[in-house]
Amino acid sequence: MTSLNAAPSTFADKKSLLRFITCGSVDDGKSSLIGRVLFESGTVPDDQLATLESDSKKFGTQGSALDYALLVDGLSAEREQGITIDVAYRYFATSKRSFIVADTPGHEQYTRNMATGASNADLAIILVDARKGLLPQTRRHSFIVSMVGVKHVVVAVNKMDLVDYSASVFEKIERDYHAIAQTLDIPNVTVIPVSAVAGENIATVSTKTPWYQGPTLIDYLETVDVQAALSLSSFAMPVQWVNRPDSSFRGYSGQIASGRIKPGDEIKVVPGGREAIIDRIVTFDGDLAYAEVGQSVTLTLDCELDISRGEVITLASQPVDSAKNISAQLLWMSAEPLDATKSYIAKLATTSISAFVKIPTSVLDVETFAEKSVSSVGINSIFKTSVSFDRYIPVAPYQDNRDLGSFILIDRLSNEVVALGLVITPLVNRENSTRSLVKVKRFSYQHDPFRRSLLKTISFAAGTLLLAAFIMLDSTVLNIAFFVVFEIVFFYVHERLWARSKIGLPGEVEFLSSGEGI
Amino acid sequence: MSLSHLERLEAESIHILREVIAECEKPVMLYSIGKDSAVMLHLAQKAFFPGKLPFPLLHIDTTWKFREMIAFRDETAKRIGAELLVHTNQEGLARGMTPFGEGSRIYTDVMKTEALKQALDHHRFDAAFGGARRDEEKSRAKERIFSFRNAEHRWDPKNQRPEPWKLYNTRKKPGESIRVFPLSNWTEMDVWTYILEQNIPVVPLYFAKPRPVVKRSGALIMVDDERLPLEPGEVPEMKSVRFRTLGCYPLTGAVESAAQTLNDVITEMQESRSSERQGRLIDHDGAASMEKKKQEGYF
Repeated sequence: MTSLNAAPSTFADKKSLLRFITCGSVDDGKSSLIGRVLFESGTVPDDQLATLESDSKKFGTQGSALDYALLVDGLSAEREQGITIDVAYRYFATSKRSFIVADTPGHEQYTRNMATGASNADLAIILVDARKGLLPQTRRHSFIVSMVGVKHVVVAVNKMDLVDYSASVFEKIERDYHAIAQTLDIPNVTVIPVSAVAGENIATVSTKTPWYQGPTLIDYLETVDVQAALSLSSFAMPVQWVNRPDSSFRGYSGQIASGRIKPGDEIKVVPGGREAIIDRIVTFDGDLAYAEVGQSVTLTLDCELDISRGEVITLASQPVDSAKNISAQLLWMSAEPLDATKSYIAKLATTSISAFVKIPTSVLDVETFAEKSVSSVGINSIFKTSVSFDRYIPVAPYQDNRDLGSFILIDRLSNEVVALGLVITPLVNRENSTRSLVKVKRFSYQHDPFRRSLLKTISFAAGTLLLAAFIMLDSTVLNIAFFVVFEIVFFYVHERLWARSKIGLPGEVEFLSSGEGI
Repeated sequence: MSLSHLERLEAESIHILREVIAECEKPVMLYSIGKDSAVMLHLAQKAFFPGKLPFPLLHIDTTWKFREMIAFRDETAKRIGAELLVHTNQEGLARGMTPFGEGSRIYTDVMKTEALKQALDHHRFDAAFGGARRDEEKSRAKERIFSFRNAEHRWDPKNQRPEPWKLYNTRKKPGESIRVFPLSNWTEMDVWTYILEQNIPVVPLYFAKPRPVVKRSGALIMVDDERLPLEPGEVPEMKSVRFRTLGCYPLTGAVESAAQTLNDVITEMQESRSSERQGRLIDHDGAASMEKKKQEGYF
């Protein structure tokens, strides 16, 4: 370990990447908007522009003008129908940033495509037709975007040219949208008045909207910060592949799901609870001094542990939970309805496992955000239910850890992906826990004297109050004497019980390690 | 500190490469010798370091590749210690398939698409990595990273598996296979910037040098050997040219250029206003020709 690289590995090109999704229907001018953004960023090469000119004449809907939508509508079947069918990806870059755009259709039956596109997005652009204002589909798109945890939403109020760039039309839409965002808990909302066809407020500030002081669309996309706070959570890396080229090397490869790790850190393997110390962070470009969320690395340990794909390496001081049952939010993607008697395959991080899914009593209406009663669930239903696996696996709530909180369900026979799911809470059922897991749980107690004293005080006070309550019923001298005697006995028993408890005491791990402590 | 865009792309590609090795039985990497293959190979070295590649490289040789490509291919396999499989459609060769005469359409079908299917079937590979990128061409923009093919190697653009987050469903029935594209989210500019930053060797044909060329249907075709039939009055001229994509030499157009280094190439690309596949004659059969080819099993 002579020359450690400063990690992450250094590229001279420091441009950041923004992945976003565009939501809206063909009628909102979504394809035109993306086409315009590609055009304005200078991404469209001359020969493609030539194709665009000839295509505009053949298939265009803009008369003799260029139909920017044709830059993005790819497959021939779609051209004939004039609609986009599936998720399509677009790429462009400005001097400040590279962008990946997931273009998804706005048709109702394609909720699944939108959720898929949004799952990897840092930001969503929701299109609203200025003439129509907010529609049920706007609520639907917003719901899906918030469900998969997109924190930044841009509402592009399009076709401003058709409402004479009216400030009042825009302001009403802006107000209405903030109400939706509040219900759905979308923290960052920016509303921009644009015209994709006329190119207003896309790359250059429009002279027709003097009442609007905010950024242009491209300006906002170039500068919004979406990566903040990602590496603050505790370290976890699902083992993807065990690297054993020969008997002298055993490394655990994977992409870091959260947090940061460095050689010398104490780790725990979940499930199972085996512990070790990180020896090296091995990469092709040399060992790293540390690695963090998003990086694909290979870790080696100070001792031989037989870890397999599916297990998760976490910090010993902050292990993730393992659970056999979870509560989850599911989006059903298959035409075949959910079957509670069927064993599906769940793929969660790098684990593949048998799963049973309970049929919910209600599903969510993605337009009113209300629950409605059902007896079965079909395609595009969104609902909360419980999922049980046939063994304990490492999981985390989706809002805490995307990689350990998201999964897909696969039908065993057709191999079709039937649902995508988000973990709400892992249900840790102690009674059903195996012996070894109870043991693991005990080892995970942290050294926390304050917590121990607090709990002890609470349990003592509770007992005393309970005894005192009896006295209150009839406060004779005899009862008071009984109280004193019982209180002394209670004090002794309470002390004996607490002596057996390890809550808040340093665990065995801490006794063994002479390192940095906690 | 958050990762830069190249770091994010690199980490994603490595994750994809490892996912295939962990979940598929017999993977192979389609190695086409070009810049995208060079980057994909480099990423694979990173993904499995310090081990060697846990799969062979497969090159579909139409016998019409540039000589410099073949030399570079053999050199690269030797340099990184990879197993290299080369397959040529011998039937097609026996039927006298050339990029001329019967037209490029049937030649590409027989010598590339058919040849690829033969090789995959013969070795029973269940997953094949390819260096295709979504920004190359419209029909690729909708293709999944894990693209399923039935037993006849056909692609069904209307029945693709959803890929939420980074969860890839690799389950398949006997006979079915997956084409996996680790560079799906890379652009041509990303590829060149990465080659520059990582100092990845590429075929010298990407850099400008005086080469003998003839002009055909608006494209500059390099006379790589004596097999190129010259039309009456056609005389090869020496021009400073380079290539943006590499394929069969009689079907690959060169661009006039003075860009002799990676930096020159990147600068030239920033200023250039044409897309890379313009130099490929096969794409011009019709706006949707690539989609048809892909449905039939072309990469």
